Amino acid sequence: MMPDSQDWSAIWLTLKLASTVTVLLLIVGTPIAWWLAHTRSRLRGVISALVSMPLVLPPTVLGFYLLLLMGPHGPVGYLTELAGLGRLPFTFAGLVLASTFYSLPFVVQPVQNAIEAIGRRPLEVAATLRASPWDSFCTVVLPLARPGFLTAAILGFAHTVGEFGVVLMIGGNIPGQTRVVSVQIFDHVEALEYVQAHWLAGGMVVFAFLVLLALYTLNPQARRA
Amino acid sequence: MMVQTLDQDAGLDAGSGQSEDSIVLRVQHAFASFSLDVELALPGRGVTVLFGHSGSGKTTLLRCVAGLERATQAHIAINGTVWQDSAQNRFVPTWQREIGYVFQEASLFPHLNVQRNLAFGMRRANPHGNADDILAVATKLGIEHLLKRSPDGLSGGERQRVAIARALLTRPRLLLMDEPLSALDAARKQEILPYLERLHDELEIPMLYVTHQIEEAARLADHLVLLGQGRVQASGPLVATLARLDLPLARDHEGSVVIAANVIGYDPEWNLTRLQFSGGEIFVAERPLPIGKPVRLRILARDVSIALSGNNPSSIQNRFICRVTGIAPTDDPAQCLVGLVAGDAALTARITRLSASQLGLAIGQEVWAQVKAVALLE
Repeated sequence: MMPDSQDWSAIWLTLKLASTVTVLLLIVGTPIAWWLAHTRSRLRGVISALVSMPLVLPPTVLGFYLLLLMGPHGPVGYLTELAGLGRLPFTFAGLVLASTFYSLPFVVQPVQNAIEAIGRRPLEVAATLRASPWDSFCTVVLPLARPGFLTAAILGFAHTVGEFGVVLMIGGNIPGQTRVVSVQIFDHVEALEYVQAHWLAGGMVVFAFLVLLALYTLNPQARRA
Repeated sequence: MMVQTLDQDAGLDAGSGQSEDSIVLRVQHAFASFSLDVELALPGRGVTVLFGHSGSGKTTLLRCVAGLERATQAHIAINGTVWQDSAQNRFVPTWQREIGYVFQEASLFPHLNVQRNLAFGMRRANPHGNADDILAVATKLGIEHLLKRSPDGLSGGERQRVAIARALLTRPRLLLMDEPLSALDAARKQEILPYLERLHDELEIPMLYVTHQIEEAARLADHLVLLGQGRVQASGPLVATLARLDLPLARDHEGSVVIAANVIGYDPEWNLTRLQFSGGEIFVAERPLPIGKPVRLRILARDVSIALSGNNPSSIQNRFICRVTGIAPTDDPAQCLVGLVAGDAALTARITRLSASQLGLAIGQEVWAQVKAVALLE
C-alpha cells in the first residue's frame, strides 16, 4: 500500500515544523553561541550546561517539564493565556517551542565552534577599518562562519525531523496539527500496518543518510561538529 | 631627514591636551601581571617609534590608542581630537576612531580578495573612494598586480603590504603599526622597509610604530620613546635620545647613534660614496646614490675608537675632530661610554676604561674619533 493522505499530511507537517524550528534556532542560537564564544563571565559554564541538557536527558523528561510549564498551571501557560494566545500543549506552536529547546545544542555548538575558530583578530581588524559591531558581524563573522551555520542548520533541521518523545509529550497525536512522521510511523506499527510503516521509516532512513552525506561531503570543514 | 624639535619635557602641562599638533597619551592600565603607567606628549607629525623589549607594554599602549584595549584611566588626544578621557567618561569605540592599524600578522580577510580587502575600509571611511584610489595606493605599495588574487596565495611580505595599503585607504588621522615586520624573515623585511621609508617621507599624518628592533627604529623614527616594564624610560628626538649616555639603550652592546648626512659624491676608483655631515665628510662603501640625497647613518658605539691626534697613519678612513661631552659606565665593568660631538652631530664611543684613563679623557677635551664601520640607512 502506498502512503495515504494522512501520511502525506504527516510528512508536510514534519517539514513545516523542522523549517520553522530551524529558522527560530538560528535566530535564538546565534546570540547564545556568540555570547558563549566571547564571554569571560562565570555564568558561561552554567549556560553551556543548560544548553547541552537535551543531549543527555531523555526527551520524555524534557517534554514532561515543558508540558507542566506550558500547562494551565505553569508560568508559561499562565502568560500565554493572559496574552490571549490560549494554551500551547497540543498545538503546532507548542511543538515549535518544545522542539526549539530540544534541538538547541545542535545549533549552538557548531555556531559557537565556528565563532571561536574565527577568534577576535578579524573583528579587531574590521573595527580598525571603521566597521561597526553589527557591520562586522554581517560582513566578517557570517561569511567566515558560514560552514558552522550550514552545519547548525542541517543538524537542527534533521534533529527536529527525527524527534519523537518530546512531540508525543507536548503535541500528542492530532492529525494535521501535531502528528509528525515519527508519530505516524508509531501509529502504523501499533496498528500492524507494516507496509505503510516501511514507506515512512525507509524514507526517514534515506533522508537521514542524504542529510549526513551532504553534511560531510559539501561541508568538509564541519566534520568536527 | 625630518628631526622633530619637540622639547623633551614640554607639553605635559594642562593646556597641551587641546593642542592642534600633538599626541597626548596618559594611560594607566593594570593587568594581572603588570601595569602600564605612561604619560607622553608626542609630535603631531612624523614617525614616533615605541621601542622596548617584549613585556614593556608597547603593544598594549598602541592598542589603548586604537581603543582595542580600554585603559582604566586614560586621556588620549590626537591633534586636538579626544578619543578617551576617563575624567569625562568619554571612550570613542575603535570603529569611530580615524586610525589605520597594521597588525603584526597581516590579518587580511580570507574570504575577500585583495581588491575587496582594500575596499573594505575605504568604502566605510570614505564613501567617495573608488577603484582609482585603490589602484593609486596599491601602486605605491607595489601590489597593483595582486588585486584579483586571494590572500592565501600571497607571500608574507605581499600580505603585509596589502595590510598597509588597506589601512592607508581609510585616510586615517593616525597610523598605528604594531611590529609589522616581526613576523617576516630578513629578506621580506628588506622588501618592505623601503615602502615604510617612503611612507615616512610622504605621509602627512603622524605614525606610531612599535618595534623591538633598534635598526627599524634607527631607520624610521623621528621621535623615539623607550618603554620598560610599563613605564616611559625616555622620550625625545631620535638622534638626541640615541646619544644619551644614561639610557640602557646606549649601554647595550648594540648601542649606536644616528647621524643625518647628504650624498655629495661617488668615487668610482675606490667604489666609495662621499657623504657630508655636520662634523665633516664620511666615506661609505655603497652603490652610487643621487647627489644631494639626504640619508641616515648609523654608527655603533663599539665601532668608534678615540685618538688624541688625527695624523697617525691608520686604515680607518673616517676620522673627525670631536669634543668630549661625557663619560659614563656601561653594563660591562671593563668598558665605558664616551659621548662626543663632531660639529652638531653626537657620537658615542665604547672603549675600555683603561684606554680612557691612559688617554686622560676629560669633558671638553678635543679628540679624534675613528669610525670603523658606518651603516647607511636610506
